[in-house]
Amino acid sequence: MAHFTKATSVKDWLNQRLAIEKVEKVMASEYWIPKNINFLWAMGMVLAITFALLLVSGIFLLMYYQPDVKDAFYSVNYTIMRDVDFGWLWRHVHGVAASVVFLIIYIHMFTGIYYGSYKKGREMIWISGMLLFVTFSAEAFSGYMLPWGQMSYWAGMVITNIFSLGGLHMDGLVEWIRGDYVPAQAFLTRFFMLHVLLLPLAIMGLIGLHFAALRLPHVNNQDGEEIDFDAESKKYLAGDKAGSKVMRFANDFMSKDMMVVGIYLIFFFYLVFFQYGFALDPVNFDPADGLKTPAHIYPEWYFLWSYEILRPFSVNIGLMAFGFAQVIFMLLPWLDRSPNAVPASRRGAFSIWFWLLLIDMIVLTAMGKLPPEGIFSTIGLVAALAFIVLWIALPFITMNEKKV
Amino acid sequence: MKNKEPLILVVVVAFTLLTYWLVEPFAHSQMHKHVESQNFAYADLPALTKSGDAANGKALVTGAAACIGCHSITKDGVPAGMDAVTAAGSYGVNPPDLSNAGVIYDAKFLADLIKNPAHALNVAHKFDAAKGQMHPMIAFAGAGGDIDQEVADMVAYLQSIAVKADQLTPKMAFEEACGRCHTMKYENWTQLGTKPEYKFEKESLAYDIKVLEYQEALTKYMGKLPPDLSMYFRSRNEHFLSTFIENPQSQLAGTAMPRVGVTADAAHKVIEHMADAGDTKRHERESVGKNVMIFIIIFAIFALLWKKQVWRDLH
Repeated sequence: MAHFTKATSVKDWLNQRLAIEKVEKVMASEYWIPKNINFLWAMGMVLAITFALLLVSGIFLLMYYQPDVKDAFYSVNYTIMRDVDFGWLWRHVHGVAASVVFLIIYIHMFTGIYYGSYKKGREMIWISGMLLFVTFSAEAFSGYMLPWGQMSYWAGMVITNIFSLGGLHMDGLVEWIRGDYVPAQAFLTRFFMLHVLLLPLAIMGLIGLHFAALRLPHVNNQDGEEIDFDAESKKYLAGDKAGSKVMRFANDFMSKDMMVVGIYLIFFFYLVFFQYGFALDPVNFDPADGLKTPAHIYPEWYFLWSYEILRPFSVNIGLMAFGFAQVIFMLLPWLDRSPNAVPASRRGAFSIWFWLLLIDMIVLTAMGKLPPEGIFSTIGLVAALAFIVLWIALPFITMNEKKV
Repeated sequence: MKNKEPLILVVVVAFTLLTYWLVEPFAHSQMHKHVESQNFAYADLPALTKSGDAANGKALVTGAAACIGCHSITKDGVPAGMDAVTAAGSYGVNPPDLSNAGVIYDAKFLADLIKNPAHALNVAHKFDAAKGQMHPMIAFAGAGGDIDQEVADMVAYLQSIAVKADQLTPKMAFEEACGRCHTMKYENWTQLGTKPEYKFEKESLAYDIKVLEYQEALTKYMGKLPPDLSMYFRSRNEHFLSTFIENPQSQLAGTAMPRVGVTADAAHKVIEHMADAGDTKRHERESVGKNVMIFIIIFAIFALLWKKQVWRDLH
C-alpha cells in the first residue's frame, strides 16, 4: 500500500488518492497540440458537444416516450410536442442534432482524409473513428424507428428487408431481426433498447477509445510537419510560449475549440428553431400504416450515398456494391500506399482523388433521394461505379507517389 | 504563413449548402408536382348573374320538401331530422347544418352545388346514374320560376343568416367544413362533434361506439375512412394543404374527397386551426428561438474574446 500522509487541503487529499494533478496534466495542461492547425481541428469538440446535446435531450425525451406501437406516435406528437413544457424543444434539439452530427462527422472524416491523419501510427484513430461512424449510423437508424411514423415503419421495413434480397435470401435472419414477419411491437421494443442503451454504451466506449488512440501519435497538423513534441513542450514550459510549435490542450487549444463551438451553436440553434424540416421529415408526422406505402421512401440524407450505391444495380451486384461501400472506408490506412502524411494538396494524384471522391459522394447523396427515373438513375449508376473505381484505383495511384 | 481558414470555411460552407440544396429543395421539387394556387376563384364555376333576395330564399330553403328535408339550420330554429349516426347511415355522411354555410362556402360554389352537387363537389367520377349511383344530395330542379334567380335567392338567404366573416373562428371553419368526415383526435374532435368529458367509462365507450358506427357508414361511402388531421400541418406543407383544399383532384386525382368550396378566408382559417392542433407551440418556438439566438451570439462573442486573450501569448 502506498504511503499516505495527513492531507493539507482537499486538493492534496484527492491528489494522494486519485492523482488529480497528474491526470489534469495528462488530459489537459500537458496534452500537447500543434499550433499549426485550423478550425477543422475543432470538429472533435463540436462532435463532443453535439453528442452531449443528443444525450441530454434524449434523457428528457425518454421520460415521456412510450415504446408501444399503439402509443409511440401519440407520446411523441401529443405528449412531447404539445403537452409537456418545452417537450417540443427537446425533440427539435434531438432531431436536428441527430442530423447535424452526421454533417460534422463527414467534415471530420474528410478532414482526416485530406490531411492524411490516418497514417503513420494514427491508424487506430481512423479505425475507432469509423467504428464510431458505424455505431452512430445504427443509433440514428434505431432512433428513427421510435416515433413510429410512416417513414419509421417503411424505412424499417426496407432496410431490414435487405438481408432477404437476391442471392442472400436470408428470410430467417430478417424475421429474427424483426422478431416478427413485419415491423411490429417486438421490432419497436428492441430498437428502443438498442437506441437508449446498447448503442449509446458502445458509442461512449468508442469515444474513449478514439481519444485514447489520439494520445500517443498526437494530433496531426495542417502542414504534415513532424513535430518533436518532447523538445517543443520543454520550450513551452520554459516560457517560450510564442516560439514553441506546440500548445496546451487546455486552455490554449480549448479556447479555440470553444470559439468554433460558439459559432457552430449559432448555426445549430438557428436550425433547431427556424429551419428544422430537413431533420424532421414531414412524412414521419403521419402515423405508421402497414397498408399504405408512401410514394417515396428514402433514408435520412446521411445514408443516401450508400443507399444509392445499392440502388442502380441488379439485386445481387447492388448488394455486393453496398457491402463494399460499408467496409471500404475502414481500410483506407492500408489502401493508401503512399508514405506521405501531408495535406492532399501536396500529393499530386491523391489530391484529384480526394476531390473526386467528395464530389462523387455528394452526387450519390443527391441521386439517392431523387426518384430513380430517367437521367437520375443514369447519373446514379455512373456515380456508384465511379465510387467503386475510385477506391480500387487508390492503391495504384498512391503506390508511386514520391516522398515529399 | 498565410491564413487559410477563410478559404477552408468557404469550401466547407459551399459543399454543405450544395448538398442541402440537392437533397431538400431540388429533390422535393422533383418528387412532388407543383400545383399553382387559383386563390379560391373557382373559375370553372359559372358566375352569379342575379342578385338574390334573402326573404324569398328563406321560403325556398325552408319550404316543405326543400333543403331542410335533410339539413338542419339551428340558427333559424330548424332542427335536424335525424341524429348524425342515422343520417350517415342514410346518406353516407351527415348532411351539414346550414347556419354558417353562407360565410364558409363561396357563393358561386353554393349556387352550383344546389343545382348540380356532384359537379360542384368535383366527385362526378364517383357517381354513375346509369348504375343507380346517385349523389346523396338531390339537385334542386327549380321551384317553378327562373332557377338562377331562385338559386341566387337561396344563397342570399344563407349569407344573411351566417355569422360575419370576422366572427368565423378557425375552429368553426374547420369543424363545419371538414369535421363531418375528418377526426382531429388531438383536439378531441370526432365526426359527431367534440367528445364530452364523461365521468364513467361506460358513457365514454357508448360515445365511442356511436363514433364507430358513424365511421362505418362514412367508410362505406368514401371507400376509406378519411384520415385524422391532427398532425397534417406538420406532415403536409401549407401550400399543399391550401391547394388540396381548393381542389383535391389537383393533387390526388380520383380521390373520393370532394372539393368543399370554401372561401379563401375560410380555407385560411381551416389551415390555421390545423396549425393550432399540429404545431401548437409555434409562437413559443419563435419567441424562445429569438432569445436563445441572442444568448448564443453573446456566448460566441465571449468565446471569441477568450480565444484572443489566450492566444495573444502563443504568437
